[in-house]
Amino acid sequence: MQTRKKFIFLTFLASWLLLFFFGGDQLRRFAFFSGRKAEAPRSWPRWTDQSLLKSFAEPEELQRDGEPALLSPRERRAAWLSAYRSSRCRMETCFDLSRCERNGFKVFTYPQERGQPVSETYSKILSSIERSRYHTARPEEACLFILSIDTLDRDRLSEHYVRDLEEKIHSSPLWNGGRNHLIFNLYSGTWPSYGGELGFDPGHAILARASSDSRSFRPGFDVSIPLFPREHPQSGGERGWLQRGSVPPKKKFLLVFKGKRYLTGIGSGTRNALHHIHNGKDIISLTTCKHGKDWQKHKDTRCDKDNVDYERFDYQELLHNSTFCIVPRGRRLGSFRFLEALQAACIPVLLSDGWELPFAEAIDWGKAAVVGSERLLLQIPSAVRCIHPERVLAFQQQTQFLWDAYFSSVDKIVHTTLEIIKDRLNPHRSRSRLLWNALPGGLLVLPEFSTHLGDFPFYYLHHGYSPSKKFTAFIRAVSQAGSLSQPILRLIQAVSGSQHCAQIVVLWSCEKPPPPSGKWPQSSVPLTIIQGRRKLSDRFFPFGAIQTDAVLSLDEDTSLSTSEVDFAFSVWLSFPERIVGFPTQSHFWDAERGRWGCTSRWTNELSMVLTAAAFYHRYYHSLFTEYLPAGLRELADGLAACEDIVMNALVAAVTKLPPIKVTQRKQHKEGVARQAECGEGAAGTPPGPHPAAAGAGGAGGGRRLWQRQDCLNQLVNWFGYMPLVSSRLRLDPVLFKDQVSVLRKKYPSLEK
Amino acid sequence: IMCASAKYNTRGPALIPRMKTKHRIYYITLFSIVLLGLIATGMFQFWPHSIESSSDWTVEKRSVHDVPVVKLPADSPIPERGDLSCRMHTCFDVYRCGFNPKNKIKVYIYSLKKYVDEYGTLVSNTISREYNELLTAISDSEFYTDDVNRACLFVPSIDVLNQNALRIKETAQALAQLSRWDRGTNHLLFNMLPGGPPDYNTALDVPRDRALLAGGGFSTWTYRQGYDVSIPVYSPLSAEVDLPERGPGPRRYFILSSQMALHPEYRLELEALQAENGESVLVLDKCTNLSDGVPAVRKRCYKNQVFDYPQVLQESTFCVVLRGARLGQAVLSDVLQAGCVPVIIADSYILPFSEVLDWKRASVVIPEEKMPEMYSILQSIPQRQIEEMQRQARWFWEAYFRSMKAIALATLQIINDRIYPYAAISYEEWNDPPAVKWSSVSNPLFLPLIPPQSQGFTAVVLTYDRVESLFRVITEVSKVPSLSKLLVVWNNQNKSPPEDSLWPKIRVPLKVVRTAENKLSNRFFPYDEIETEAVLAIDDDIIMLTSDELQFGYEVWREFPDRLVGYPGRLHLWDHEMNKWKYESEWTNEVSMVLTGAAFYHKYFNYLYTYKMPGDIKNWVDAHMNCEDIAMNFLVANVTGKSVIKVTPRKKFKCPECTAIDGLSLDQTHMVERSECINKFASVFGTMPLKVVEHRADPVLYKDDFPEKLKSFPNIGSL
Repeated sequence: MQTRKKFIFLTFLASWLLLFFFGGDQLRRFAFFSGRKAEAPRSWPRWTDQSLLKSFAEPEELQRDGEPALLSPRERRAAWLSAYRSSRCRMETCFDLSRCERNGFKVFTYPQERGQPVSETYSKILSSIERSRYHTARPEEACLFILSIDTLDRDRLSEHYVRDLEEKIHSSPLWNGGRNHLIFNLYSGTWPSYGGELGFDPGHAILARASSDSRSFRPGFDVSIPLFPREHPQSGGERGWLQRGSVPPKKKFLLVFKGKRYLTGIGSGTRNALHHIHNGKDIISLTTCKHGKDWQKHKDTRCDKDNVDYERFDYQELLHNSTFCIVPRGRRLGSFRFLEALQAACIPVLLSDGWELPFAEAIDWGKAAVVGSERLLLQIPSAVRCIHPERVLAFQQQTQFLWDAYFSSVDKIVHTTLEIIKDRLNPHRSRSRLLWNALPGGLLVLPEFSTHLGDFPFYYLHHGYSPSKKFTAFIRAVSQAGSLSQPILRLIQAVSGSQHCAQIVVLWSCEKPPPPSGKWPQSSVPLTIIQGRRKLSDRFFPFGAIQTDAVLSLDEDTSLSTSEVDFAFSVWLSFPERIVGFPTQSHFWDAERGRWGCTSRWTNELSMVLTAAAFYHRYYHSLFTEYLPAGLRELADGLAACEDIVMNALVAAVTKLPPIKVTQRKQHKEGVARQAECGEGAAGTPPGPHPAAAGAGGAGGGRRLWQRQDCLNQLVNWFGYMPLVSSRLRLDPVLFKDQVSVLRKKYPSLEK
Repeated sequence: IMCASAKYNTRGPALIPRMKTKHRIYYITLFSIVLLGLIATGMFQFWPHSIESSSDWTVEKRSVHDVPVVKLPADSPIPERGDLSCRMHTCFDVYRCGFNPKNKIKVYIYSLKKYVDEYGTLVSNTISREYNELLTAISDSEFYTDDVNRACLFVPSIDVLNQNALRIKETAQALAQLSRWDRGTNHLLFNMLPGGPPDYNTALDVPRDRALLAGGGFSTWTYRQGYDVSIPVYSPLSAEVDLPERGPGPRRYFILSSQMALHPEYRLELEALQAENGESVLVLDKCTNLSDGVPAVRKRCYKNQVFDYPQVLQESTFCVVLRGARLGQAVLSDVLQAGCVPVIIADSYILPFSEVLDWKRASVVIPEEKMPEMYSILQSIPQRQIEEMQRQARWFWEAYFRSMKAIALATLQIINDRIYPYAAISYEEWNDPPAVKWSSVSNPLFLPLIPPQSQGFTAVVLTYDRVESLFRVITEVSKVPSLSKLLVVWNNQNKSPPEDSLWPKIRVPLKVVRTAENKLSNRFFPYDEIETEAVLAIDDDIIMLTSDELQFGYEVWREFPDRLVGYPGRLHLWDHEMNKWKYESEWTNEVSMVLTGAAFYHKYFNYLYTYKMPGDIKNWVDAHMNCEDIAMNFLVANVTGKSVIKVTPRKKFKCPECTAIDGLSLDQTHMVERSECINKFASVFGTMPLKVVEHRADPVLYKDDFPEKLKSFPNIGSL
């Protein structure tokens, strides 16, 4: 028994080992991959003689590249021009670049003709162009022409359809076969095929149209614009709806759709299938047949039940409470739904095959929308479920950024169109895709300033750059004396004492010429004197003399100490995109008068930092001078103390963030003066913690107060909203006013 | 749902024999099982079976000359010409690709054949070295399938890289007889040298019906945007010559032209440029009197000077890439390899991979008409940008030009991204060179939004058993106006939280969460109960913070919602003696961390802390019961690239005397432990993400000479 036991045991062991060594591996694989197919995959063979294979082209052939003595480049250009008729236009064949070279990028709008009806939307577009900094009233210097005839609605069945358009257009002496013209269009084609025909020959004109079809779209020539409603605001525009970003995105619904179902005709293929994905829980897809005159005629068995469900949900509510929104094609490719979803931070799931997405030349839609395929509708639910929560959060934020940067007003849509065309004219001086798709967006980034990311204040983190550790002190001198006052000498002394100061630039804006160089104080840093015109907006001119990223803007009577400057600069390095400075003001809504007001009295809030003592990025000089229309700059010149407000509003409009106040050693003289200016209206009333209450008092305010507030109100008018943002904090040194030894403190003098 | 990658059971078979049993039957059964197993195994060993392992794939060892010959009858069908209106949604059969959890298309390669016409003459060279490399790369990639029925994309093995090397009509016939041709649907052809004399078309002339074309040298008229893929013209020199990356710094020439076959009109313009700008412009030509044996392609000449090609490209800042007879030029690849910024002068040329690559960051495109202005245009580019473009150019070459494999995989990835757009590779992944990817941060909360004050914050109190102190904290915190909910995380598994009736009555909802294990990381768990964006993490013994201080802290957080906003600040320092990081506590002029004993932060960071903390930090913290706050500081700084915000003068949570009682030694071990944490985390993160700043946030009117009653936050404590 014993031996047998042993024998059995041994046999067992041996066979087990055998099994383990030879078969275990395979057995295990077999057990877990049994679903695999039964044939070994055949890879591409490794040829025994592969090293002997010949190259696809001899090096000589590659480098010589055919016979050189072919058509000359100019002849070939001419050949292209004739070969590719207007349907295949490209900038190099259909656009006269030379027109833009002489006078830069100027846009001319045809004068309005009497008796020519223009729709509300088109007049908004025209006025956007007139508000643009590229607008010119002289056709001879124009690079781009825009018709005054309404071309938006080219649906023959529409009431806005303009007849005999071709005749009217072609009769214009400037038409020139449509060369250098830009034509806006929102609706083209008509029932039943919606083929995109315009009803006139646009010739060589660039088409900026909604619902562009990728097959008729001329890449690099046409511009695809979004479909926007008649009520779309001229400027400013509503903000996006995203207020909370949380992960995982907690919204009630995952995917929603509520809209018409087409029972017949073009677009019905997709719209008729949408109800299939409805699950009544997190995917809501509601359709109705109730549209058009004769829906009863085409009605099918689903209609009645669907119509009941349809009424149960509110479209706006769904939009607000869903993570993804289906944006299917309608009869045409684009729909209002697209912008609605974008604004609502409901990530658009596009089901519109062949749609050339709005501004796709610039915008990377892959970051903000899910581009689905109409044919794969049923995969959409599982596809969107698979998107990681982090990506969903990024998507949501990107929708908000894009909405705010390019779509929220007619101005933005039109200006984006113009900038895209302008970028094509000088490819080497144009925005890279990165600039278009990162905050603050392409419209606020001027390629004329630089095409290098590191030169802007916005991309330091993106690209691991940091701003240079030096600043330029930029002092504006206006005193009438013609000699150097005590304050300016002290100021130069204090500023040049900072180890971060690279240079001092004095903008001499007095009638009398500046004192000779011998009269200026000797300092360790170079001092440059610029003779300025006597304009207030001059102080924000992008002078070539300013070489550093940081500018310390000063008035001659500002009083600052070296440690104040040092500390403020160390703060600016953390917030290079904002204005960082000392004296501040805040704005408030004056409900009584129904207008904006501002105050510089002691308040618990601030929304502006005076540029009499402030750090900001050099780029804002360029933005101020080149981005703002001349009218606003004149406003800053004409109204006292307005330039501060304009600059602060501009920076706030770019960053959407408040400026930063840093520790002030004591009341600045200049600051006191200014504060009096702004606070005049409320003189006599005790300073209150609530600016709105305080600023409203005192009806007989001085002229300057009125001007200042007028400046603010005009600005708001131009922006279309109030760009200023309030802050309730001040940044102090870490040990500021702490009860510790002064010797421990880095900035002890700030506490005096 | 298929999203989560399928999890396979990784444990082996659990056949553990018991030896103590005496039942014979049992033995016999076991024995027979084993025997059966053995037999089965043996059968598997010798049966033609499915067991796959990457190492022993059946690799055919054959010669290219042995491939089967296919005779094409003269009247075999010819495909239609390419359809210019084709787009993915019209000509591509997306149903073949299907939905799969990996979001990868499957690519099938036809086996190699030799095609001859009726008279037995070859239609084309069987296969070129490059095309073989390309197909090998596809076959080795994740995209490959050998199952023609599962394939979504088909790649013919008919080599059409160079149009000059093939007979057009017969090649088309060869394509048409492929087993799954079906008008070319879902077929992908690779072509680098399209067209032929005299008109040099910009796309392959072989009729190909609906097939996608990966072509080198498309013009905007032949390129079907979103359907075709524009690829580079491969330069075999790149495999031959090793040009190490050249660092930034001045180069000898500003502009260099190295192409041999330039149209005389262009050459004249370039020479005019050279005459105008002197030595900084160098226009090279072929060498006329080279001694025998020197390959002409590796030399260039200017007058009598001879230069090595492509080495000479590294001597120049900008290198001209002009169109020749074709738009796509192999020289582009050489130029990129040399890290020279290409100046592309070829109107209407579709640059390689332009669908995904941002060429504005790596090249200068100048319209042909503006050639005379080239010098001034290039001069206006700032030096820093030039250096970046050089780096970018080199990166493009390394990633997408250097080999046929790189070209093949980039092409397939582009098509893959079109089919699975929701899983597409992002702009940054395509375009950012590794150095940028490494140093850049992409803030997950990048949108500058100031959350509305009305939302309020949720206070999360981590507690173990200090009920009395906990109740005091609850009472204190509940006085803060913006508090919207209070969450107590009960970390004690041995003891139940007090009864409901014993808890302080407060005006906001109070929830108690019981945890399964006493872990520090429970404090940072993204509880569903947290409905606000703002979270206040607070210890159960922090009772000294005033309501004003907390409310102000929340207001500050609203202005910096992507940062940690806290009270006592701490600093990390580099210890030069010990060569490692050191933790520094109070009385410094700088801060780089805030303690999370009381700190506001965005709820998103809870999610990151719990699910995305790099390395083993989370477990390490739980095991050591320390440093969860340092870990949070590292995490936030690492993803946002921003510093913390310290608010108000607070330096300590405990009363100043307490440290004296705790004793110096305790304090020192504490410091040592905390320093260790910093060093540990810095090594896991691979970098020191913490940012040092010199400022703290105070209310606007803090310590100003102003009536206290008019200040919003008069009651700000000290130290």
